[in-house]
Amino acid sequence: MSYFDVNNITVAFGGVKALNDVSFSVDQNEIFTIIGPNGAGKSTLFNVISRIYQPNNGNVVFDGKDILNLKAHQISQIGIARTFQNLELFENATVLQNLLLGRHIYKKSNFLSDMFFLNHVKKSEREQRLKVEEIIDFLDLQHYRDTPIHGLPYGVRKNVELARALSTNPKLLLLDEPSSGLTNEETIDLGFWIKDIKNLLNITVVMIEHDMSFVNKVSDRILALNYGQVLAEGLPEEIQSNSEVKKAYMGE
Amino acid sequence: MRFIFKTNYDQDINIVRHNGDRISYGLLVAAMIIMPFFIDDFYLGELSYVFILAIAGIGLMILSGYTGLASLGHAAFLGVGAYTHAFLLTNGIPFYYSIIIAVAVSFFVGAAIGFPILRLTGMYLAIATLAFGFIAEHVFIRWEHFTGGNRGMVVPTPEFAGISFYDSATFYYVCLISLILSMFAAINILRSPTGRAFVAIRDSEIAAQSLGVNIGRYKALSFAISAGFTGLAGALLAHYIGYLAPDIFNIFLSLTLLLLIVVGGMGSLHGTIYGAIFVGSLPQMIAIGRDYLPSSIASQPGLEPLLFGLILVLFILYEPLGIYGRWLKIKLFFEMFPTYKKQTFKKQKTFTKSDRV
Repeated sequence: MSYFDVNNITVAFGGVKALNDVSFSVDQNEIFTIIGPNGAGKSTLFNVISRIYQPNNGNVVFDGKDILNLKAHQISQIGIARTFQNLELFENATVLQNLLLGRHIYKKSNFLSDMFFLNHVKKSEREQRLKVEEIIDFLDLQHYRDTPIHGLPYGVRKNVELARALSTNPKLLLLDEPSSGLTNEETIDLGFWIKDIKNLLNITVVMIEHDMSFVNKVSDRILALNYGQVLAEGLPEEIQSNSEVKKAYMGE
Repeated sequence: MRFIFKTNYDQDINIVRHNGDRISYGLLVAAMIIMPFFIDDFYLGELSYVFILAIAGIGLMILSGYTGLASLGHAAFLGVGAYTHAFLLTNGIPFYYSIIIAVAVSFFVGAAIGFPILRLTGMYLAIATLAFGFIAEHVFIRWEHFTGGNRGMVVPTPEFAGISFYDSATFYYVCLISLILSMFAAINILRSPTGRAFVAIRDSEIAAQSLGVNIGRYKALSFAISAGFTGLAGALLAHYIGYLAPDIFNIFLSLTLLLLIVVGGMGSLHGTIYGAIFVGSLPQMIAIGRDYLPSSIASQPGLEPLLFGLILVLFILYEPLGIYGRWLKIKLFFEMFPTYKKQTFKKQKTFTKSDRV
């Protein structure tokens, strides 16, 4: 058993099987990429892991715990954070406040102590800000700290979402199409950051991605899905030369 | 233009952002404190009413403006607070305890109602709260032992530090202190993890959930906190009215509260004050306006609800950010003069949003 196991997951919406008996495993401190054409079931898989969808069959084990017993809001507590394909930021809040929400699971107060803003609340607020500032430094967001999200360009928003996921201090990071909508330079930066996330922060990364040159540069291993089924799994070079994968992308 | 150079996390955490705040808000509070020496009892009463409205507005603002949940039945919580307070006072409970119990009762009623109906969203939630408002009104009518039914209920006038509540200055100060304390409580909630969770639920439930916010619990909490503030306003309102009848807490009062937060400015606590001043003075303005209207129009019943509705619609169409939003624009105009651009407040086109996650 490895660090993160997805075993025989099947998800059916009515008669459509979005995922059919999908299994794979990810080792600790690995960058694992899931590729596949549109509608292959990649995002569905992420939604199963973050407990938004309930699978019909199968189980997901992270660090020895079966996460299908948990509720959606408990997933971040065991160390899994994610970003979304269509940004899900808190639009009217500033970047700093967005990141502070990433620290929600570390709060030590309830609404009564919050209401009187007792000393320990203030102390904890300072501690959370200290941690958030580290993330801001890591992803070069200093310039945007107090800007509300709705005033930011797309690339920065993507970055803020990554930062927000990082500020939960995760062990496993799920990135849903991190490079979509980014410029070339931003994609290159992102590649460095993802490698840093793995090497410096020791976080295991599972990502969904379409940009193949980016995938090949960053990933340790790749899983290819099509029509809810696993086509192939292996090292980047193996996937590149796999005939099944080629067929799925280019046709016969 | 003021630029704040931040050197300390506390500058983000503290309530006052800079010394200018300290001076302006200090002056405002001082002006409110010396007010009874300058204006007569009638206007003092009106001002107390504005304070009461503002407290109820804070309650609804936390729910609608910050958590993004609509409520068309908030008058019910005013009623719960008012009746509980009046009932306890009648049974000889001292004022301080009575008002605290009234807030607690409203809080728990809010939580009890909130847990089931907050599974609904949007329009359905609005309808459910509307229904709750009607049901509460009928409970006030039927539960005669507790409320006196349609006969109504006299609100006892307590002695307060040796001075009777009949003295409007005393009542004014009670309302003022309640408003200031409510304001601090609301600010504290909103600058702490609880308030951030509320805002998160408003802007993206799914992201809030994935960051560990228990949606159901925080929605119910928001409803309960909101009900608590509204209950406090209700208890004070009981003294202001002096005689409770069930039909005071009707749908029209709920809509008045909604008008208050929309006109004041959704999502800002400043807005509750502006909105309360507006809503509190509107009946007076209508009364004055009647004198200048032809009698066929002025004597029509239902002029007030019509105007309330009209104003609500006009604000939603032309100034969704309310009076506070307008104030921010005016302030920016002078700060940026002569380089102010109208586009600053235009909301940028949002990037593709869909139900897919």
